[in-house]
Amino acid sequence: MPIWIYIVATVIKSAIVLLVLLTAVAYTVWLERKVVGHMQNRWGPTRVGPFGLLQPAADGIKFLFKEDLTPPHVYKPLFLAAPLIAVIFALTSIAVIPFGNAITLFGYSFPLQITDVNIGLLVILGVTSIGVYGVALAGWSSNNKYSLLGGLRASAQMVSYEISLGLSLVGVLILSGSFSLREIVDVQGGTFLGFIPRWNIFLQPVAFFCYLMAAYAETNRIPFDLPEAETELVAGYHTEYSAMKFAMFFMAEYANMITVASLATLLFLGGWHGPIFGPPILQALLPVFWFGAKVFAFLFLYIWVRGTLPRFRYDQLMAFGWKFLLPLALANLIVTAIVVVVK
Amino acid sequence: MLSVHLILFLAFGAVCVAGAVNLLVQRHPINSALSLIAVMAALAGEYLLLGAEFVAALQVIVYAGAIMVLFVFVIMLLNAGVEERTQGSRVAIIIGIPGMLIGSVLVAWVVLRHSGTGEVAVGALPGPPKTIGDMLFHEFLLPFEITSILILVAIMGAVVLASKPPSSPAEGPTQKVKD
Repeated sequence: MPIWIYIVATVIKSAIVLLVLLTAVAYTVWLERKVVGHMQNRWGPTRVGPFGLLQPAADGIKFLFKEDLTPPHVYKPLFLAAPLIAVIFALTSIAVIPFGNAITLFGYSFPLQITDVNIGLLVILGVTSIGVYGVALAGWSSNNKYSLLGGLRASAQMVSYEISLGLSLVGVLILSGSFSLREIVDVQGGTFLGFIPRWNIFLQPVAFFCYLMAAYAETNRIPFDLPEAETELVAGYHTEYSAMKFAMFFMAEYANMITVASLATLLFLGGWHGPIFGPPILQALLPVFWFGAKVFAFLFLYIWVRGTLPRFRYDQLMAFGWKFLLPLALANLIVTAIVVVVK
Repeated sequence: MLSVHLILFLAFGAVCVAGAVNLLVQRHPINSALSLIAVMAALAGEYLLLGAEFVAALQVIVYAGAIMVLFVFVIMLLNAGVEERTQGSRVAIIIGIPGMLIGSVLVAWVVLRHSGTGEVAVGALPGPPKTIGDMLFHEFLLPFEITSILILVAIMGAVVLASKPPSSPAEGPTQKVKD
């Protein structure tokens, strides 16, 4: 393939992925308001467009035109940089996530992924671990005790749960023998006994549980949303932010949710594997559809949990992470390693 | 000829050095910590350009992502303020800066002139995770295990130092508050 085709294809792919991701972020917010509303016997957004479908657009316009306040006594360079750090790193990690098999256009094969690197999983872990600084620095630079407490909680919580998150993934890595997300998905093709799909969730249910818990904590979502616990900290690390800067933290949170859901789909739920049928054009599009459906299901679970569970206390959060989740993930890792070696 | 590779390598190197200088110049600890993060990230870029993608990823995850978060955490927790500048002695500036420059040039000259050093091609060093895993668990198994035991001892030492001294019942009635 000539280099210019490669560059043009990469630019087009990046634009499409970014557009889809930002739309998905906006509509995850809409979905959350709608679903939680119905769970609480309310309607959620209904006024703007049919079923309130234009609500994200209205929110976006509102965020853009609100007054952008910078309170006095903040540490300005970091106060301005923190939301950028949060949102940039949240959006970056989508670059290595594959959405489906390669498609062939004009005689060239294009993988449905911005870039395929052989350490894709580590890239995601690295990028998300840098994203913590957005929240931590926002809390510190705001010069507000609630913000500071929120930032401290966020960094402590993310460092604690990152260990369990990483260990829960190692079991999957042992089974698939690769860091490449594409190869991890390829291993999950086919079925057990002819009818159970060969997804890692059936081989690694404990790892999936650990991943699920750690992922909720990493994305600061209920029941682990201590960094922005409204009842204690006003709004936590983003108390002093308004307008688009606040919206950036919001976008970062939902983009992180989508990354976590995509990663769960790729590692545990078989990626884009699913029933393929129909004419060639449908066969080409179905894998992407299955991938999207699984990510949607995972996001729905997020919202469902938010509508169901109350918030943990901070000591419960730390005790759960260090005294329960970490030993469980370690035990799962040891058992998996022994089984693989014996087999 | 300057290849893209070399230009990138020099750029990351420049970021590294600039970050290190900034680390010393900045007066607020949080700015210094952030400069150190920039140095770590730029080092990861250098590793990547040398073909050691696994080491580069670990550099970001472990150093820039985990260890530096704890640094920043501690600075935030202690609410460390801006450091006070002393006037400093003029002798230190007059002798120190040229001395440092001469020293670093000497070190660079010795390293470059040493017969063992040559150019390293991309991919000449073990890069893929599989190779590194093989080396760690076969060739370097003993050092690897010893290091892990060393770290374990250090962790236990930290826990012992950080935990509260055991309260003996003989010390007095005030210790016996029910919790």
